Amino acid sequence: MRQLVMILIMLWIANSAAAAELPAWKARLLPEGDAWRETEQHFVFNNGTEPETLDPALITGVPESRIVDALFEGLISLDPETLEPRPGVAASWSISADQLSYTFNLRANAKWSDGSPVTSQDFMASWERVLTPTTAAAYAYQLYPVKNAEAFNRGDIAEFAEVGATAPDARTFVVTLERPCPYFLDLVAFHTLFPTPTAVIKQHGDRWVRKDNIVNNGPFVLSEWLPEQRIELTGNPHYWDRKHVTLKKITVSPQTELNVAFNLFKKKQLHWLPALPLARIEEAQRDPDYYVMPYLGVYFYRFNCTKPPFNDARVRQAFALATNRELITSHILKGGQEPATWFCPPAGGYKHVAGLAYDPEKAVALLAEAGYGQNGKPFPEVELLYNTSEGHKAVAEALSQQWKNNLGAQISLHNSEWKVFLSDMNQLNYQIARSSWIGDYNDPNTFFDMWVSDGGNNRTGWSSKPYDELLQQAANEPDKATRFALFQDMERILVEQEMPILPLYIYVNQGLLAEQVLGWYDNVRDYHPLKYIWLER
Amino acid sequence: MARYAMVRLLQAPVVLLVLITISFFLIRFAPGNPFSGDRNVDPQVMAALEAKYRLDRPLAVQYGCFLADLAKGDLGPSIKHKGHSVTEIIARALPASMLLGGLALCLALGMGLILGTIAALHQNSARDVGAMLLAVIGISLPTFVIGPMLQILFAMKLDWLPLTGYEGIRAPVYLILPALTLAFPFAARIARLARAGMLEVLQQDYIRTARAKGLPERIVILRHALRGALMPVVSYLGPAIASVTTGSLVVEMIFGIPGLGSKFVESALNRDFTLVIGTVIVYGTFIVICNLIADLAYGLLDPRVRFQEAGNA
Repeated sequence: MRQLVMILIMLWIANSAAAAELPAWKARLLPEGDAWRETEQHFVFNNGTEPETLDPALITGVPESRIVDALFEGLISLDPETLEPRPGVAASWSISADQLSYTFNLRANAKWSDGSPVTSQDFMASWERVLTPTTAAAYAYQLYPVKNAEAFNRGDIAEFAEVGATAPDARTFVVTLERPCPYFLDLVAFHTLFPTPTAVIKQHGDRWVRKDNIVNNGPFVLSEWLPEQRIELTGNPHYWDRKHVTLKKITVSPQTELNVAFNLFKKKQLHWLPALPLARIEEAQRDPDYYVMPYLGVYFYRFNCTKPPFNDARVRQAFALATNRELITSHILKGGQEPATWFCPPAGGYKHVAGLAYDPEKAVALLAEAGYGQNGKPFPEVELLYNTSEGHKAVAEALSQQWKNNLGAQISLHNSEWKVFLSDMNQLNYQIARSSWIGDYNDPNTFFDMWVSDGGNNRTGWSSKPYDELLQQAANEPDKATRFALFQDMERILVEQEMPILPLYIYVNQGLLAEQVLGWYDNVRDYHPLKYIWLER
Repeated sequence: MARYAMVRLLQAPVVLLVLITISFFLIRFAPGNPFSGDRNVDPQVMAALEAKYRLDRPLAVQYGCFLADLAKGDLGPSIKHKGHSVTEIIARALPASMLLGGLALCLALGMGLILGTIAALHQNSARDVGAMLLAVIGISLPTFVIGPMLQILFAMKLDWLPLTGYEGIRAPVYLILPALTLAFPFAARIARLARAGMLEVLQQDYIRTARAKGLPERIVILRHALRGALMPVVSYLGPAIASVTTGSLVVEMIFGIPGLGSKFVESALNRDFTLVIGTVIVYGTFIVICNLIADLAYGLLDPRVRFQEAGNA
């Protein structure tokens, strides 16, 4: 009996010591009390689609990243509440004074799911794989801040040794950047930069992510993958931080039909529904489990700046001034979206500029100045292109009506399926086109670098030398406040002066989350790592 | 009969080859690229992707390679579902579609024949009108209305059946609602065809003879009339079987069935060239085979067809 008491006391001391070692940020994220112990830790959520793959280097979508973030872990992970960088495979890191060199110290107990250690060589091999042109990783550009990474990816450099990544020993990984990159740690936490088991990939090729082949280093392992039925994850016994992973099992449903998923939630067969059917948003809003939060995404229209009438900035400004965004968000979308006369959401604490507010009289005057209207030539009929969807259609109809009323412009609506739409937009085969952009990382750069002249994501034919110069300056600017001021200058060009685009609203994320789900936080990235989630009855 | 079957069997590969060729070129000429997306794909990445799937070669070479692979039974890798071959995807999806389709077909035949026969036997009565009204509703109500209605009633309100999901033959309870939804429009058409067939047969001399000989009405209907009434149904069954067993996009989406119907549509929308051709081959083969079986069954059911052929031979 005495021995048992002693053991218990020792266990208690050991436990308290471990708890005392925990940094405050982490202690904050762990369950308190005992209610969670009495609850079955089986979390079920709808992912909305079947993942294309679970290869961290190749995935591009949010549904895939929800699973991959649970299966793999990068050098850095993000705080689920504040999105600040937290230790992942790297227990610590240091940044050189010139912000060009990052040294990551890997933890000794970081292991793959087969029990072997995760080493800095694994990161070398994984980054080499992402950047090798034949891997065809669409998100390889996430590594471009690393010295010579872009040149290697484009095939201009043949030797990976020239890329700024070295592994002096198994637990040290040193990265050299091309120029200071204030959001580099955010990128390191992104799945493209996660470690992948290169030997396993060599052995199994494309099939390495199958249930029987996959080797991963995150908090969970893949215990079942029945395509279009479900994916099941269970705790990874080799994960270094398994002690702080509460969920025992996760079931991922690929239900594409959101109405059905909504009903599943109502039947309490889902804990989390991250997307809602448009027709049932108001019904969802009456549910106590409804949540809504701002998202790092913007809905906007592109103008084709290469052809009349939109090759004239005054015409583009007139359309922006004749747009009442409030009507769209409050009468059509009704989901709490923020009407936006600006382009960049509050990425990394960025403050947007004013943009052009609704002013139909000024719009008519500008259009007249451009030579259209009562004393000029009649405004030609223009076509608005959108990809087929009820939501896009409703917005397009409302806007065409507004422009007709305010400017007397005749707008014809044209919808086409996604791939045809993309092809038309890329070839500038449109006049006005519906668009959206979701930030890749929590920094304004992800919203501004796309408008560089001839950039692949520009797709408006617009180019501006002053804009390009500002972008270049921002890229070389280490001071955050100065950098953000440069971004504001760029935004003024985008949404006040040149107007190659017409911003409409900032996205929100809305969904349903069961009351018993805890450890799930609102954030602009819609980032909810399963590692920190638990259930309480 | 055997010769006829032989000729049809020999025609089948030619029909399929034409079908495959047309689909191959049609999907490649469609605007849009399998790798395009919201974000621009860098040119070097695009080039690597095109090389990986041989899309960088001239179209004629691509077609030649495709045919050579096809001869070996290799349909290539899916472009969208990375790491999965088309053969594998079809092998996974087809059984689910066939299971659901088979069940739906049995239901449709059962419901349709009963309704059609009742309507024909009581022509112009309230029962006839009732049965045909049901059939018109079945034809005009799309599956995307019937499916959710059944879900709301049986899964949400009464809680008798699961809302969605698929566990194969191990848990047939998941198949009931989707099979019913899928069966309705077919049942309705079968009912109308069976009614028309039955009405025609009932006026034939041999039915009058059977009745005059004093055979019980039950025997007259089941043994003599029903067989004739089946004729128009059988010719309809060929394409019906092919369509019902190769999957339905709507039913699969609503009920979470991992079948082939959604692949058919999704692959075309994604420009997943290899999967498009794969599904076309499956669908085409089914149509050809089912039509052939329907033609042969026609001969078996109707002695006149056989005698005519024997007379001609």
